Amino acid sequence: MTHVLKIENLHVSVNGKSILRGVNLTMNHGETHALMGPNGSGKSTLGLVIAGHPGYEVTEGSITLDDQDILDLEADGRARAGIFMAFQRPISVPGVKMADFLRHATTNVRRPDRKEGEELIAMREFRKELKQKMEQLRMDPEFARRYVNDGFSGGEMKRAEILQLAMLQPKFAILDETDSGLDADAVRLASSSIAEIGREKMGLLIITHHDKLLEHNPPEFTHVMLGGRIVETGGVDLAQELHSQGYDRIRQAHPDAERANQEMTSDDQAELAVG
Amino acid sequence: MTTSHVESEICQFDASGFEHFVEGSQEPDWLTQHRRQAWRTFESTAWPDRKQEDWARSDLRGFKLDHYGLPTGLPSGPDSLSDANIPCWLADGVQPAGYVHTLNGCVVKEELDTKLASQGVLFGDLRRLASEASDVIQAHLHSIVQPDQNRFAALQAATWNAGQLLFVPRGVRVEQPLYVAAGLTHEACDTAHTLIVLEEGAEATFLYEGNSESAGAKGLHLGGVEIVVKPGAHLRYVNLQDWGRGVWNFAHHRATVDRDASLQWTVAALGSRFSQVGQQVSLVGEGAHSQVNGVLFTQGKQHLVYNTLQHHEAPHCRSDFLYKAALQDKSRTVWRGMIGVDPEAQKTDGYQRNDNLLLSDQARADSIPGLEILADDVRCTHGSTSGKVDEELIFYAQSRGFTRKEAVRMIVTGFFQQIFDRITIESVREALGLSIARQVREYS
Repeated sequence: MTHVLKIENLHVSVNGKSILRGVNLTMNHGETHALMGPNGSGKSTLGLVIAGHPGYEVTEGSITLDDQDILDLEADGRARAGIFMAFQRPISVPGVKMADFLRHATTNVRRPDRKEGEELIAMREFRKELKQKMEQLRMDPEFARRYVNDGFSGGEMKRAEILQLAMLQPKFAILDETDSGLDADAVRLASSSIAEIGREKMGLLIITHHDKLLEHNPPEFTHVMLGGRIVETGGVDLAQELHSQGYDRIRQAHPDAERANQEMTSDDQAELAVG
Repeated sequence: MTTSHVESEICQFDASGFEHFVEGSQEPDWLTQHRRQAWRTFESTAWPDRKQEDWARSDLRGFKLDHYGLPTGLPSGPDSLSDANIPCWLADGVQPAGYVHTLNGCVVKEELDTKLASQGVLFGDLRRLASEASDVIQAHLHSIVQPDQNRFAALQAATWNAGQLLFVPRGVRVEQPLYVAAGLTHEACDTAHTLIVLEEGAEATFLYEGNSESAGAKGLHLGGVEIVVKPGAHLRYVNLQDWGRGVWNFAHHRATVDRDASLQWTVAALGSRFSQVGQQVSLVGEGAHSQVNGVLFTQGKQHLVYNTLQHHEAPHCRSDFLYKAALQDKSRTVWRGMIGVDPEAQKTDGYQRNDNLLLSDQARADSIPGLEILADDVRCTHGSTSGKVDEELIFYAQSRGFTRKEAVRMIVTGFFQQIFDRITIESVREALGLSIARQVREYS
């Protein structure tokens, strides 16, 4: 059976301010989708809403995974249903070792019916798998003993997210700017790592400004977001066009969305100025 | 193994009760005199009030001394900790060199490795040893915890009913820990005193835990702990209290650490309705070193007050202090910490830090660090933080499949990990980790 993640007419607000204004997107298992768009267009919001961030209010529309409505699930329910998000800025968890964190996470995701307090997957088996995945991603074994994202460099954080992706083996993964803040070599490594994990084994939504990450992961579909909507969808050539020529053509072709985008980003600026 | 069964009566904390208690005991004269003097101090001293700095954030409303009394011997009923439903968290995975079990302050069971005994190590019931090893005890008992510092200290000094002595002679290293489990039944009272003396170059590990028969049990604990670490000696001391949520706990803990000696002191406070603990370390000889680790985890309406002092009396000493508290519900913690440096204590290296994690909007953590430095060539640093659990962190963990409760439990455990990383006794690390995990509740 093939899995389908379907987003229909999704409207989202935060603190009463509209951010997503009718997003439609359907992804099949095994497909790679690129989500591009200028700053403030709503890309990260879409990722966080799919993952279940409690700070966003869905005012209209639906998100279904294999016809199951996931909007009623908290983030952990969605993770267990097979959703994963690699964060743009992963958060550090002081005092919690990467291996312990991942063992618990892996257990919960692989045994969605596990109750709190029930046993975790066997240490031996888990360690073996973790070691093998870390070798595959060319990560220092010491990594597993460090506290989650604590004192990690930008590159280490992103690789830690990819390691989590590899261990959790979701049905659908959203990679939010997994390339940002990395130098060219690090992006190449991240990109090839994602390819090695087997993008054909999941549905991938890659949120990016650049096409580097797409080098090893050519998208079947490229979506362009502007003003809280997906305004254009194309193939890998669209991603290449946006990367080389920017968003001018898009902005001109969709004046309503462009206006909305400017409103959203100017509000951001105002908020920054106040905050 | 020795088990003592004496006909038990309950003596009130009044003049005739005290007389009865003293007359019934077969103690050396010096000790009786000692008790009588402390009793006079108790009678002539007022209860502490909030005008005193250490008690300014304490709340003694509801405390009634006449609700409690002193057993003169082992009460009838359960005569072992397991029969009384008293847990022993720190015993897991430990092969102690000796142990003492007390119930309501009376020794129910004790044992010491015979090889250590033949090396001159004394360990066991302080009251029994007050006759058998009178010299050692007379020389050190209440030599550093002063009975006249307040009314609770005086009462405890006058009426301590049992307790433990550890005496390790010069140069003797005790590899396995010595273990004390103190149990308290509902509405009972424990006034036990701990005296630890490590002679020059000696080494030992001492684990103490106090538990009630149930989480909701009431009771009174008046505690005294005196630790004397002589030159070149090394002690690791662990004190875990998980008294019932209705227990009043007043304790005075003090250590002196002499030349080139060290003390690693780990405190874990989970229980009691109200606790007022004074914890002091005095570095009295050149090159002495102390490390204090504190784990406080509160819930309900618990109110824990810790007044701590790192007193540098000699040059070239190092004191390191870290207390971490996590608070649930409407609980409250107060930490008032002081580093005191005497004029002669040059080249002091002092550090103190207190971090608080607020798991509820209604919890409150007061953190009051202080420095009093009378020498001019020292390095002293201090700091404190208080904050809530980061919601973004909870979301991050939830997005990895953790339930909200599991996420909070993990965050709390991680918060304390910095302390666990400093504790060098594996069984203690594990026991504390489990104790904390058991008590984490829903966070919203």
